[in-house]
Amino acid sequence: MRLRTLFLVPAWFWLAALFAAPFAIVLGYSLLTRGVYGGVEAPWTSENYARLVDPLYLSILLRSFLMALAATLVCLILAFPAALFISGAGKHKNVFLQLVMLPFWTSFLVRTYAWLFLLRDTGLINTALQSLGVIHVPLPLLYNDGAVLLGLVYGYLPFMVLPIYATLERLDPALVEAAADLGARPLAAIFRVVLPLSKPGIIAGAVLVFIPCLGAYLTPDLLGGGRTVLVGNLVQNQFTTARDWPFGAAVSMLLMGLVTLLVWRILRREVEDLV
Amino acid sequence: MKRWLAVYAVAFFAFLHLPLATLAVFSFNSSRFTVWEGISLVWYRAIFRDPQLLEGAWNSVIIALVSTILSTAIGTLCAYALWKRGSRLLTGSLYLSLVTPEIVTGVSLLALFQWSFRWLGWQLGLFTVILAHVAFCLAYVVIVISARLRTISPTLEEAAMDLGATEWQAFLHVTLPALIPGIIAAALLALTVSFDDYVITSMVAGVDSQTLPMVIYAMARRGASPVINAISALITVFFGVLILISEKVRAA
Repeated sequence: MRLRTLFLVPAWFWLAALFAAPFAIVLGYSLLTRGVYGGVEAPWTSENYARLVDPLYLSILLRSFLMALAATLVCLILAFPAALFISGAGKHKNVFLQLVMLPFWTSFLVRTYAWLFLLRDTGLINTALQSLGVIHVPLPLLYNDGAVLLGLVYGYLPFMVLPIYATLERLDPALVEAAADLGARPLAAIFRVVLPLSKPGIIAGAVLVFIPCLGAYLTPDLLGGGRTVLVGNLVQNQFTTARDWPFGAAVSMLLMGLVTLLVWRILRREVEDLV
Repeated sequence: MKRWLAVYAVAFFAFLHLPLATLAVFSFNSSRFTVWEGISLVWYRAIFRDPQLLEGAWNSVIIALVSTILSTAIGTLCAYALWKRGSRLLTGSLYLSLVTPEIVTGVSLLALFQWSFRWLGWQLGLFTVILAHVAFCLAYVVIVISARLRTISPTLEEAAMDLGATEWQAFLHVTLPALIPGIIAAALLALTVSFDDYVITSMVAGVDSQTLPMVIYAMARRGASPVINAISALITVFFGVLILISEKVRAA
C-alpha cells in the first residue's frame, strides 16, 4: 500500500492547498470587517451574514432563485421529449447523443456569444425581420431577463438531456407495451408510465441545471448587460468594484452552502454517468 | 407519436446547433454588418493582425498545456490510488469542486493568492492562472480515469504480483498501459475545459496573463464583431474535433 500513499500525495496537496485553504480563507473573511482601503480587518463579526437579509440583497437572491428555477423548468420541458426521441432512435442513439454533447464541450463563452450575435439590435434576427419588413424598429431582444433565461437554458440543456436519457435507457420497454395493451394511448402512457419512472433522471438533471444557473455569472453579465444582477454578479462585484470582500465572502458561503445541501447524496452517481 | 417526436427532434437539434452554425457562416461574410455581401476571409486575417488576440491565444495555449499536463499526471495517480482503496474525503471534495459555482471558486482562489502573497511578495500572473486551472481540471481527470479503471479487473495486478512483480512494476506494466486511452481522453477534456474558462481565470489573472477568452469577453462586452465570429468558429471547430477524438479514444 506504500505506492498508493505516494500516489495520493499530490492529490492531498490539491485538497489542502487548492480546495480546503481557499474555502477556509473565504470563511474567515466572511467573519471579518471590511478594511478602509478594501481588504479585511479585525474585529470578528457576523455583520456580513446579517446584511444578507437586507431587502436589496434578498431580492437579488430571490431573483437568482427564480431565474434558476425557470431555467430548470424550461430545460426539463425541452429535454424530456428529446431524451425520449434519442432513447427510441435505435442504432443511431450515439450519433444523437454526440450531437447533444458536442456544442456543450466546445466553448461556453462562444455559445453565449452566439446569442449576443443573434439577439442584438443589429443582430441577425432583427436585421432579418427588418429587411422582411415585419418590423421597422429593432426589437429589444438583448440585455433583459429573457435573454439571460435563454442563455442559461441553451448553456445547460445537455445536463438535463443526459440523466433523463440514462434513466429512459434503463426503463423496461415491456412496461410501455403493457400500458398500451391495457388501453393507454401513447401520450397517456408517456405521462402516466414513462414520466413517473424517469423521476430519478429528472431529479438529477434538475439539480445539475439548477446549481450552475444559481451561481451563473457569465450569462447574466454578457446577455443581461449588467441590468440583470444575479447572485453570481453580486459576488464578483463585491470582490472587484465594491471592494467589500467580507460581504462577498459571506455571499459565497451562502451559495456554497446551498449547493452542498443540494448535491450531497443525490448526485455522485449521476455526475459519474455524465463525464 | 413517433413522427411528432422526430419533428420535435429536428427543432431541438436546430436550436442546439443553428446559433453556432450561423455564427460560423457569418464569419465568412465580407461585410462588417449582419447583411450577407459575399465570401471573404478578411475577419480571419484580422485575427492575425490583432496583437491582443494573439497574445491572449499564446497565453491560453501555454496555460492549457501546462495545467493539462499537471492535472492529468496528478489525476491519473489519484484515480489509480483511489481504485486501490477509496477515500470518501478526497472523492467528496473532488465532486464538490466540480459543482462549486465558478465565481465562488474564482474569488476563493483570488483570496488565497492575495492572502499568501502578502507574505511572499509575489503577484498574480501566469502561474496563478495555471494553479487555478489545475484546481478545477483535476476532478474531470479523476472521473474520466476512474471510469476506465472500473473496467479493469484487479486480479490482473494480483496475478502479476503472484508472478513476482513489485507493486510498482504491476502498475507500470499492467494497469498503466490499459489506462492510456482513458488518460488521453482525460487530457483532451482538461485541455478543452482549461482553454475555455473565463470566470475563474478573470479573477486570478494578472495584467501580463490575459487569456483568449478574456480578450474575447472584453470585445464581446463592447458588442459583437465579425472578428469574434471568426475566432469563435475556429475555437468551435478545433475543440469539436478534439472532443470527437477524445470520445473515439475513450470508446476504444
